[in-house]
Amino acid sequence: MGYTFPFSAIVGQDEMKQALMLACVEPRIGGVLVFGDRGTAKSTAVRALAGLLPEIETFESCPYNSAPGDPPPAGDAKSRGAQVRKPTPVVDLPLGVTEDRVVGALDIEKALRKGEKAFEPGLLARANRGFLYIDEVNLLEDHIVDLLLDVAATGENVVERDGLSVRHPAKFVLVGSGNPEEGELRPQLLDRFGLSVEVETPKNIDDRVEVVRRRDAFERDPDAFCAQWKDAEAELRDAVAAAQKKVTTVDAPEAALRRASEVCLALGADGLRGELTLIRAARARAALDGADAITDDHLRAVAPAALRHRLRRDPLDEAGSSVRIERGLTEAFAA
Amino acid sequence: MTETAHTPRGWAQARLAAALLAIDPGLGGAVLTARAGPARDAWLDYFRSLLNDDTPWRRIPASVNDEALLGGIDLTATLKAGKPVRRAGLLEQIGRYGVGVLAMAERAEAGLAGRLAAALEGAAPPLIVALDESADPDEAPPAALAERLALQIDLSEVSLGELDAAGPGPEIEDVAMAQVRLPHILNGEAGRALTETAAALGIVSLRAPLMALRAARAAAALAGRDEIAQDDAALAARLVLAPRARQIPQAPEPENPESDEDRAPDDETADSQDEAPDREAESDETDEDALAPDELTEITLEAAAASIPEGLLLKLQAGAAPTRSAGAGRAGAVRKDGLRGRPAGVRRGDPVAGQRLDILATLRAAAPWGKVRRTGLKRFLPGQPIEVRREDFRIKRFKPKAETVTVFIVDASGSLALNRLAEAKGAVELMLAESYVRRDQVALIAFRGPGAETLLPPTRSLTRAKRSLAALPGGGGTPLAAAIEAAEMMAHSSARQGRSVTLVFLTDGAANIARDGTPGRETAQAEAVEAARRLRASGCSALVVDMSRRGAETAKTLAGEMAARYVRLPVADPGALADLARKAAA
Repeated sequence: MGYTFPFSAIVGQDEMKQALMLACVEPRIGGVLVFGDRGTAKSTAVRALAGLLPEIETFESCPYNSAPGDPPPAGDAKSRGAQVRKPTPVVDLPLGVTEDRVVGALDIEKALRKGEKAFEPGLLARANRGFLYIDEVNLLEDHIVDLLLDVAATGENVVERDGLSVRHPAKFVLVGSGNPEEGELRPQLLDRFGLSVEVETPKNIDDRVEVVRRRDAFERDPDAFCAQWKDAEAELRDAVAAAQKKVTTVDAPEAALRRASEVCLALGADGLRGELTLIRAARARAALDGADAITDDHLRAVAPAALRHRLRRDPLDEAGSSVRIERGLTEAFAA
Repeated sequence: MTETAHTPRGWAQARLAAALLAIDPGLGGAVLTARAGPARDAWLDYFRSLLNDDTPWRRIPASVNDEALLGGIDLTATLKAGKPVRRAGLLEQIGRYGVGVLAMAERAEAGLAGRLAAALEGAAPPLIVALDESADPDEAPPAALAERLALQIDLSEVSLGELDAAGPGPEIEDVAMAQVRLPHILNGEAGRALTETAAALGIVSLRAPLMALRAARAAAALAGRDEIAQDDAALAARLVLAPRARQIPQAPEPENPESDEDRAPDDETADSQDEAPDREAESDETDEDALAPDELTEITLEAAAASIPEGLLLKLQAGAAPTRSAGAGRAGAVRKDGLRGRPAGVRRGDPVAGQRLDILATLRAAAPWGKVRRTGLKRFLPGQPIEVRREDFRIKRFKPKAETVTVFIVDASGSLALNRLAEAKGAVELMLAESYVRRDQVALIAFRGPGAETLLPPTRSLTRAKRSLAALPGGGGTPLAAAIEAAEMMAHSSARQGRSVTLVFLTDGAANIARDGTPGRETAQAEAVEAARRLRASGCSALVVDMSRRGAETAKTLAGEMAARYVRLPVADPGALADLARKAAA
């Protein structure tokens, strides 16, 4: 395509946009899950992410996107080529993908030609230091999902197969999207995603018209459209870059930690993971806002996304989790 | 609904659709609903006549594997040539705006649909014509793909006479002219009108109005206009929006008695939906010459509403959201024949149909023959790699995880509705939750009154299961035989897909409606017993949950006849029942 739709030109969908930006600022939040109907700008937003992120320093022909200081995971340093800047990788993981393609496998070509045991890196290697996007994650086969979550959690891909023994860094932010009408994720998996957002198409007719208008303009003349949004994109990119620097210094005062615990308790979100994610996300939010310390406002802004999917103890509860979150938050912050 | 005389319908409209695709391949393609036959062939021939001679045209079989689709190393040729021989995949051969005809699209797997969808959004989007031969409403091309193909063309009603009688349609020269005009067409108010129309039809995805707008622009280019006119927008609404409709639009006349309750409950669109009629009512006094935007909306909405397919219309009227657009297409051949899953050893054979060659095992098999095979001069060359022959090929085998389906057959007849239907629902819900955690699929069949009805085909979606259960009314007779047969059919079709099936009957076994729908206790009982015996012969594992207050002899007999486990629904303890179902499935 050559052009990707600018992130800043996406109409509405604020919660999704916020969640993705938080994940850019603080990758340790651990993945974003986007649930909603088709045609709600899920894929568009994820693909547009690459435009928001600063380019990464890596080597010309390094399949692992290693950073300059890193030792080469396989092969020698010479074969990596010169040091270059590349856009942050956003890798698509298609449905029905085989395990070999994901983790990498023995290089058939080399094995047949030279009888050489070489490793052919898979999608996990390509996604290193970037984003791994799975559309319809709820339809992905279970053993692949298990594998992905394991790698995402450890940041390292360990391959022990075909007589190969390779380990390489695979630090990426997992972004999954899907339509709950077509099947849900196991609760164990839900919990492993850091943030979860629900998207729906804009209800307001004017917003809908605006979406169609912008997308149509983009498709007819991507050049002009991207030029028109260049400034907005640059502004957003700078904000993310600044926040990435700032996030390590954002303070989490005692009061904020206490408040986070209270919120989790009030909502019945069990496990420390929820609390931890809440704090990390709030810190990223604070960094984006240019604040030095986490306040209640930051917590409140990120709590729905950080906790929504952790409430679902009873999969049959009809009340939307967003409603419950809202109720719980009002309670917790009133105290 | 007013229909102007020159509104193209049927075959003429299908031909126009072909022209639109040829003009703007960015529309992605079309879903062509028709059985194999002259009409379909005629359309494909016509479409081809509109394209340049050098446009690639490839058939994509529904069973295509990754290697054939995306290309890869041709192993046999590689060995023969001694250097890697790459085989171009189908998508590569099709290339940008080439045509891929997807045969039997309704049987395409989610994986294939996902790859094609990705290709459509990639750098070299193909034009996909998905041939949809679905016989029953449960079958449909995978939603991920259908969503991205703008046009939906239905040829099932086109007669031979119509084909013969058709006058000249647009020709390749017209297409070329239109393509020149296309970049300069103005949208006018069509964008808003089509978006509003889509909202009124309950279409959630915004891709639909976007594609409709593109189609309208192509139509305007074809008609030789500079700006999208009312006819173009109406055509786009009929081709793109109508087949995707999920609710009947409110008639523009305010005095129309159609009430709000008739609409499918769809919160997402409710708000936008409510706005549309008001706008239209206000627009009545606008000047006729200058087409006000609201008026255009009205016209496109009318055009779309008039061409909602009949079957869809009936469903919409019944208040049910059509499964065709709601769910993913359910391909039959889900069984993966050991291509995925956990590794489970190797075996000898050619790597065909997506199987993976186990290189190490292959080399190991070839190694001992090294000296024997190297004859002549080769024998003296140092560093000669191992010579691999076809008989050395070893294939990896995988063990796919067997999926299970639990089918709940719920008696919703009058005898139970009064006292225990609510309890049964509670029990089923618990079991649903249980299945959900174990990643089983669940299906729901209810029987009452004249017959049995599949409320929910096997699915993993709890949301859907829950919704259809809640909506289940009670009352009427007990058509037990029909229910057993429906269950057996579902069990068979699931078993064919390689799943293991457990049937859970919740009933008191008191049949009183015969298979032909007539009341009569004796015939009904005899037929039920007969059906139960057949079920036993087919070897399904079943559980009969007696829902009568004190335990019914009929239910016990039924369980005996189908060799099922028999349990009584423990009073006010649905949890215990869920426990039983779990044990039955184990």
